[in-house]
Amino acid sequence: MTTLIYDGTFEGLLTAVFEIYEHRLTHVRMQKGEWHNTALFENVIKVVTDDNRASRVLKGIKQKLSAQGLQRLYAAHMAEMEGEDDNLIGYIRYVFDSPKNIEEDYGNKYVMRVSEIVRMVRREKHRMEAFIRFQELKDKTFYSAIEPDYNVLPLLIRHFRNRYADQKWIIYDVRRNYGLYYDMNETQFISLDFATVNPGNVISAYNDDEAVYQDLWRNYFTSVNIPARKNTKLHLRHVPKRYWKHLTEKI
Amino acid sequence: MNVDRITEKLNILADAAKYDVSCASSGSKRENKNKGLGNASNGICHTYTEDGRCVSLLKILFTNVCIYDCAYCVSRKSNDIKRAAFTVQEVVDLTINFYRRNYIEGLFLSSGIFKDADYTMERLVQVAKKLRLEHNFNGYIHLKSIPGASDELMREAGLYADRLSINLEMPTEEGLKLLAPEKNRQDMIDPMGFLKNEIILRTEEKKLFKKAPMFAPAGQSTQVIIGATPETDQQILQMSDQFYRDFKLKRVYYSGYVPVLSDNRLPALNTAVPMVRENRLYQADWLMRFYHFKVNEIVNQDNPLLDLDIDPKLSWALRNLQEFPIDINKADLRMILRVPGIGVQSAQKIVAARQFRKLNWDHLKNLGIAVNRARYFITCNSPQHERRDLTGTAIKQYILAESQSKYIKNSTTQLNLF
Repeated sequence: MTTLIYDGTFEGLLTAVFEIYEHRLTHVRMQKGEWHNTALFENVIKVVTDDNRASRVLKGIKQKLSAQGLQRLYAAHMAEMEGEDDNLIGYIRYVFDSPKNIEEDYGNKYVMRVSEIVRMVRREKHRMEAFIRFQELKDKTFYSAIEPDYNVLPLLIRHFRNRYADQKWIIYDVRRNYGLYYDMNETQFISLDFATVNPGNVISAYNDDEAVYQDLWRNYFTSVNIPARKNTKLHLRHVPKRYWKHLTEKI
Repeated sequence: MNVDRITEKLNILADAAKYDVSCASSGSKRENKNKGLGNASNGICHTYTEDGRCVSLLKILFTNVCIYDCAYCVSRKSNDIKRAAFTVQEVVDLTINFYRRNYIEGLFLSSGIFKDADYTMERLVQVAKKLRLEHNFNGYIHLKSIPGASDELMREAGLYADRLSINLEMPTEEGLKLLAPEKNRQDMIDPMGFLKNEIILRTEEKKLFKKAPMFAPAGQSTQVIIGATPETDQQILQMSDQFYRDFKLKRVYYSGYVPVLSDNRLPALNTAVPMVRENRLYQADWLMRFYHFKVNEIVNQDNPLLDLDIDPKLSWALRNLQEFPIDINKADLRMILRVPGIGVQSAQKIVAARQFRKLNWDHLKNLGIAVNRARYFITCNSPQHERRDLTGTAIKQYILAESQSKYIKNSTTQLNLF
């Protein structure tokens, strides 16, 4: 068993694939981050991300997978799900070791797993598209805080750019401490230093109308409910509790 | 802005609109243009009320003042309730501000009939026109077409709205006569036919001229109230089938009657909302639209009512055991779709995956099919399969015994297993 330590980037993962084939490794385990000099008796390779090698592997994948298939693989990796790198490596090796495109070979455990990961990621992305609640700040920027289960922020760019083309907005992943900022021209990744923000200033940072529309929305949410049809179980299935703290209507 | 007044209006006019169950915001192709606000190509449920229904659109009445006195409707003339009316600008402001905060996909605007049909329809069109032309709003707009409004207004509505709908209200003409004697079913069907033709015409036009404007790109829908009148499921589903075919409707909505009014023509006030029946009707509707079932296979002279304790697909399979078991590795997609416990996506995955290898029970489980139901109807690449010659009743009993029905505690009917 060889442990491959890499930097967590997609290029890093592809470089690792290169190493696996170069050294003809069979049993491997992926590990993200720094190498701590503890596992004395293990075989450890520290993968140094190499754009050249990564792009050669990428080129190979492109020959075996559809554009969509590659996108799915990319999204599955970006989600940063705990302990899934080994499955992604298994998937990529299966891609290379098969003579034809295996994207739909759901009987294979790696293909099935990637398909499950992609489904979970897409669901989370879709939930964010639904559950993001903007609040208008004094400078007319619309701000939203989120805490998605997986790292889906980059997947949200296109949707929100297309939709809110005429307003400035920020979507901030407070769990991973980075955000997206759109200035009506381009989007960029940003990180905010909340340590320097005085909580007392936060409320006063909102536009005067903001509280009014939040109240109207909460009123609306209550008015459209039909008490005779109360169904808490269904409600919770659609709006799980962990999302409530950023949902205007549930606060 | 007079916040208190707007809040009160919103409460009254949202409350009055909530019995219209249509919630879809999908099916349109409207894109954001000229860096404006919004697009309508997604279909997103932004939240769910405590009754578990999706909230996708700002669904309100323009006014709940109405000249009609339909027995089933909260807003009927003779009902002693608070009345209110929005101005065009108020609806526009609410829509824009809710939309900018990502609360909604767009607007669903309906109305009581005040003065006459044209006057009412004109207000609805004004709202949509203002949103589109003055605010460059590209979000979803669903307008009610008001029966009796002029062709001119209907045409204009189609230019600004994504979807138009007219509610049939009652599944049959007799039902409507009983509860809404002032209304005439033909008055509802005529504009549906007019809009259908207009949509076909405009779609042809758009094929020829890319720049031709879109016309109700998300089509038409309708709604019928279930359980207020004594129609059978067969009558209801045959009606749906006919409207899907004749008017190319995108959706028929079934709204279980919520007793809100005391009237000797209606179920008593303490009657339970027929939620299970409503759910079964939607399942049957899905079978017709996505699973290639014919309406007569689901309900017919011998089976005019849907089973309440099992879903209509299982019910059909149990009545047609001679069609099973099928070999999952050989059967065509159409037949796989008919197996209880297999949905559209799993069926497609099965057909794709079996080209690589023969599938066994483990594969099927991983693909997400409900093996506990499907196992009575299929064989796969495994020596284990159901060999007993079970009757429909026995299979039903086994399946019910090991599944936790979400309705079991609400079910009012006896399970007729024995």
